[in-house]
Amino acid sequence: MTPVIGVLALQGDFAEHTAMLRGLGVESREVRMPRDLEGLDGLVIPGGESTTIGKLLETYALLEPVRDLGASGFPIWGTCAGLILLATDVGKPQPLLGLMEMTVERNAFGRQIDSFETDLDIDGLPDGAFHAVFIRAPIVGSVGDAVEVLARLNDGRIVAVRQGNLLGTAFHPELTADARLHRLFVDMAQAA
Amino acid sequence: MEKNTLTVKRGLAQMLKGGVIMDVVTAEQAKIAEDAGAAAVMALERVPADIRAHGGVARMADPEKIIEIQAAVTIPVMAKCRIGHFVEAELLQALGVDYVDESEVLTPADEAHHVDKHGFDVPFVCGCRNIGEALRRIGEGAAMIRTKGEAGTGDVVEAVRHMRAVMGDLRRLSTMREDELATFAKDVQAPLDLVASVAREGRLPVVNFAAGGVATPADAALMMRLGADGVFVGSGIFKSSDPAIRAKAVVEATTHYQDAGIIATASRGLGEPMTGIARDTLAPEELLATRGW
Repeated sequence: MTPVIGVLALQGDFAEHTAMLRGLGVESREVRMPRDLEGLDGLVIPGGESTTIGKLLETYALLEPVRDLGASGFPIWGTCAGLILLATDVGKPQPLLGLMEMTVERNAFGRQIDSFETDLDIDGLPDGAFHAVFIRAPIVGSVGDAVEVLARLNDGRIVAVRQGNLLGTAFHPELTADARLHRLFVDMAQAA
Repeated sequence: MEKNTLTVKRGLAQMLKGGVIMDVVTAEQAKIAEDAGAAAVMALERVPADIRAHGGVARMADPEKIIEIQAAVTIPVMAKCRIGHFVEAELLQALGVDYVDESEVLTPADEAHHVDKHGFDVPFVCGCRNIGEALRRIGEGAAMIRTKGEAGTGDVVEAVRHMRAVMGDLRRLSTMREDELATFAKDVQAPLDLVASVAREGRLPVVNFAAGGVATPADAALMMRLGADGVFVGSGIFKSSDPAIRAKAVVEATTHYQDAGIIATASRGLGEPMTGIARDTLAPEELLATRGW
């Protein structure tokens, strides 16, 4: 059985994620309400504005069920805004899932004119460097013992992490044609 | 490391999809917008309804105001420059705004030329009434498009007209033969290579928001249903009786645009919407949408 992957569709580039997943032959569903979580094998939290997505998670009572799923080993992958929502601490008050033992700094590179693309070596990802797109991107600060660092920029700053079945990337694989990280997450969901 | 690529410029607009971008004139309004769940704010000197009411030349916002707004929120801050006013655009870039809107809502500075947007590091969003205008702006380097609507009216009819025109043309393009594409490109005065690639992909290469006349949660959902990637709300929020509550309701309606039950709940008890002006009562010289070409 191929897994069914949900994509949180409250705001952001969720359509890019569902298109990538469908390209891999995986069934993908948009999640807007708690009932949409039923029958999923994994959840992607897309790029977007983390404050907007966080508020809508709260308003529509999704924050608790998603947090409970994540805490029980259900695979969740956050890209950019999704990574922010997975963190325990972002240095200012905003609704968070708080599932991964890490601090995250929002807009860590500055404003939009400081957004960039670069090649990254990602631990455990075969076939060479991954072309990563960073847009008003966050950075992972300190991480707890449970968090495995998968990728760093040349200056050492952390941009990809994994904690059990939770995956976080500060960049946007869904904006490229490279589906290797989507494949990795689908494999995680299949194995879970 | 590469900066300011098309992918990065268009990418920020992709992150705003499914969201609401709200016009604000002060840091206090920006905070209200962010707290309500706005995906970005648009800094300007006066909201379009006030530009209409007070007349005069509408220009880029005071840099001091833009800096205050940037300091007040963590979401992206956009700002408007006048059509063709590339120095205002350079100023906005120097101020570090996240997107420049080369906007018909301000008084045009050039009657023949839009800004050459390829030459900038900061991405641009531009208005359009139809696919030809959208593709001309994209050809000039716009990384995001919005349909113009008729700003400052609270009348959604023009926004609907422009979104239907763009989406209808996209559907027609995808059925055309090569020779028909060439004629279409000539008729709508758009670059042929762009027309051909849009026909192949069945969609614009950039994100397309709706704008100009959205005043209620239902208006926002209507634009989403017609194919908008997201919604700009100008006077509709801060010219209403309770901006914070209305802003939150518009955000919810934009996310749940396919769920009438949720929109109905979100639309309850919002107080008075902005006082509208029916678009058809405006004289031709009062129309903003006809600025630009």
